Amino acid sequence: MSLFSFMGTLEIGLIFGLVAMGVYLTFRVLDFPDLTVDGSFTLGAAVTAALIVSGINPYLSTLAGCLAGAAAGVVTAWLNLRFNILHLLASILTMTALYTINLRVMGKPNLALITDPTVLTPFEGLGLPNMYMKPLFVGFCVIAVGILLALFLKTQYGLAMRAVGANKRMAQANGIVVKEKVYAGLALSNGLVALAGALFAQTNGFADSTMGIGTIVVGLAAVIVGETLLSSRKMLIIICSCIVGSILYRLAIGFALNADFLGFNASDLNLITALLVGLALVLPQLRKEWKAKQAAIKANGGDA
Amino acid sequence: MKFTTFAKAAALAAGVFCTAAQAADQTYIATTAIVEHPALDSVRAGIKDSLMENGYNEENLKFTFESAQGSPATAAQIARKMIGSEPDLIVAIATPSAQAAVSASENIPVIFSVVTDPLGAKLVSNVEQPGGNVTGLSDMLPLAQQLELLQEIMPGLKTLGVPYNPGEPNAVSSVEALKVIAKEKGIKIIEAPAPKSSDVALASQKLIGKADAIYCPIDNTIISALEAVVKTGIDGQIPVFAADTDSVARGAIAALGFNYYDLGKQTGELVLRVLNGEKAGDIPVKFAEGTNLAINPKMAARMGIEIPASVTERATQVIE
Repeated sequence: MSLFSFMGTLEIGLIFGLVAMGVYLTFRVLDFPDLTVDGSFTLGAAVTAALIVSGINPYLSTLAGCLAGAAAGVVTAWLNLRFNILHLLASILTMTALYTINLRVMGKPNLALITDPTVLTPFEGLGLPNMYMKPLFVGFCVIAVGILLALFLKTQYGLAMRAVGANKRMAQANGIVVKEKVYAGLALSNGLVALAGALFAQTNGFADSTMGIGTIVVGLAAVIVGETLLSSRKMLIIICSCIVGSILYRLAIGFALNADFLGFNASDLNLITALLVGLALVLPQLRKEWKAKQAAIKANGGDA
Repeated sequence: MKFTTFAKAAALAAGVFCTAAQAADQTYIATTAIVEHPALDSVRAGIKDSLMENGYNEENLKFTFESAQGSPATAAQIARKMIGSEPDLIVAIATPSAQAAVSASENIPVIFSVVTDPLGAKLVSNVEQPGGNVTGLSDMLPLAQQLELLQEIMPGLKTLGVPYNPGEPNAVSSVEALKVIAKEKGIKIIEAPAPKSSDVALASQKLIGKADAIYCPIDNTIISALEAVVKTGIDGQIPVFAADTDSVARGAIAALGFNYYDLGKQTGELVLRVLNGEKAGDIPVKFAEGTNLAINPKMAARMGIEIPASVTERATQVIE
């Protein structure tokens, strides 16, 4: 893997770290499996790109993209809480609707930003080559957002949100307004995912109607791989594990892209990626079992 | 503890990543596509074959291919990987892959292929003088060639009826383009809007007596109800033509479309020009030429016309 390729992998991994944080919020904190992200990732990219193309300041456009994503999260929460639609189904409905909305927002299936100003433009003239500047900029954003998120989850409000996911009845009994926390959590989660989409569109020069497909899988894989490697109860470490998991997932894809010497074809990419992520998930479990076995052998005097 | 094991694994992986370095005298072409499907795979085969026919062989050419399997995020990662491996030239097939390659590449020439609207995709700012280090092939419909075919089959063609769905952006833009080209060729376009597939029959019937022929653009609404137009053509003795060759088997008289292998060959010509020393940015974007000519002589007879021998002779597909 060349340095250029590695920096690119790092950059995309960092961006999807935001997706992992969003998925962590819904999937782990709120216990609300949310597929809206497949649509809100594209929505963030689409809204931001459409605004930038029409001449709006890129920073304002990115903010608008995040808010649009948050609104999509609110819609899913509303369908679930107001009409008792199962969370998975509610999020699938929003995601499906978002496909059309994204096409409408962009006016066509693909909107290019290659020659337009982006949030990165002010940093382009500083003399640092783009291959370093982009991951640095993205890394700064993601780490700042990660710290803010960790701090938020430690506040009274954040603790209440975590309590809702851990035990809804107990939370209610303690006077926590459950519905409000679900609304806020889904808005925050999809806002983060939309921010990832907005950054992706700007660092890669385009928004595309298909770009969100599989976002939930990437996010979940990142969360789970991160958890297996860095298990902790500390909020900051958990957030770090989301980012690390996301980068590792991208490295796995990078590895799969280079796997032709093993006799693999370009068409085998998804299988190799799944195998590598699967391996990351299975190995700690196997190691645990092996250790337990060793301990048992020792305890039995080595004759088990 | 966990981290040290991981670090070891990472070091091992890094070792594997550094695959064999290329031979110095090899020309290295890195190709990528957003997905793999028969049309795009044919493009790639065409590109490779055109190189092989022009002095390259398995020894002096390194030709790699990566597919993003439908994910633009992976396409972006592939673009970085390719640029990092410093090929002589990058060929990016279809829009998202081309955008990812162009936005990441600073020095390596990028040739895009089968991008319908390179201006809209901002791959180039000018099709005649792309500038920078980018050029490529657009598979914008060969509307002018299609109209020339219609004129060849019907020399007296003056008015052309076009049913289309005004809600379909691609159809709207192709009708707009068609109007401009038709005017140059002395043909008047009569629009027949059909917002739903159930409106297609009525829209095409309205053209009887007003238009000399009907032309169905690439429009999902019209194509899904093509049989309704064909029936109108037979009942009203008005010839029906199509923009895509697949519609000919369903009853259109003739269509001129793309053979994707041939588009690969046309892309290969651009690749060769860059390899021979021309700067990519100085080569105008090439607009693909239609090479698949499908005709349906029986249907032509039922709609009251005959396909001239000059057309029949060069048809690549004749529906019996």
